[in-house]
Amino acid sequence: MAPFRIEVRVMPRAALLDPQGQAVEHALHALGFPEVRQARVGKHLVLEVEAPTREDAAARARAMCDRLLANPVTEDYLLAVDGGGKGA
Amino acid sequence: MSKRVAVVVFPGSNCDADTLAAARAAGSDAYYVWHRDTDLRQADVVILPGGFSYGDYLRSGAIARFSPVMRAVEAHALGGGPVLGICNGFQILCEAGLLSGGLMRNARLKFLSRPVRVRVEATDTPFTCLSTTGEELVLPIAHGDGRYVADAHTAAELEADARVVWRYVGDNPNGSTNDIAGICSVARNVVGIMPHPERRNEALLGGPDGARVFQSMEAGHATQHAGALRAVGGRHDGM
Repeated sequence: MAPFRIEVRVMPRAALLDPQGQAVEHALHALGFPEVRQARVGKHLVLEVEAPTREDAAARARAMCDRLLANPVTEDYLLAVDGGGKGA
Repeated sequence: MSKRVAVVVFPGSNCDADTLAAARAAGSDAYYVWHRDTDLRQADVVILPGGFSYGDYLRSGAIARFSPVMRAVEAHALGGGPVLGICNGFQILCEAGLLSGGLMRNARLKFLSRPVRVRVEATDTPFTCLSTTGEELVLPIAHGDGRYVADAHTAAELEADARVVWRYVGDNPNGSTNDIAGICSVARNVVGIMPHPERRNEALLGGPDGARVFQSMEAGHATQHAGALRAVGGRHDGM
């Protein structure tokens, strides 16, 4: 078993209205950042896990996302797995 | 005989007492079931009340849906038993996959707490069987994550199957798909509603409109005992 650090990015689905993102976008415009064409707000989760291999860690993390961390009706997610091997 | 109504209490539920009182006012034998319980104690109906279960952490209803009691609720629902989710309860039912779609942050972000008008669109559910189609009710809303969303395919299915049970009239407060305020499952026994019928069930609380939901629930019992098994309006809920 080796330690892995999994970062999960959960974002509202692109097709759905993201009122938080819009509010941030408007605030940035008001602060003098007119170059912002779009802002979207999601969540960033960091998990420290133990797994035999990087692939196992990623597969387990996908299962966690599918069951709990993201709602497939309203959200998409991306995973990044770090660690394992080189004493990371 | 009164209907046995289990009102599930999660950590963070805050409409449980009002829901229990509204069910009792309609003549039901209502009682609390704690989220750690695994036995619904021969419930005829299960109600998931409003509130902020588990602090709405991660997503509204996302953690509550894995409470031990939810296995029993799912078994009750899959067996055809009536289940009503009010506000946070609606969110939990969507997260559990017992209802289609999901609930997201209100389109204008603000937490909304005020009466709204809804129209009853389907009367062949255990919670609307005493209503008439097109009947308008004034019910309070109190939500931050009340915007019902469903993809185009799911929304079309809901409309085609007449599974939209209540729809906002005039003003859509939260930007929900197709002005949806409440829906039911394919089998029509699982129902979710964003407004709070339990908060407006007598004149003292501003009006009696919400009582219709609980009276329908209680009347459904009589229908069952008469052998009609909720075949209201020419439909059968597939029990």
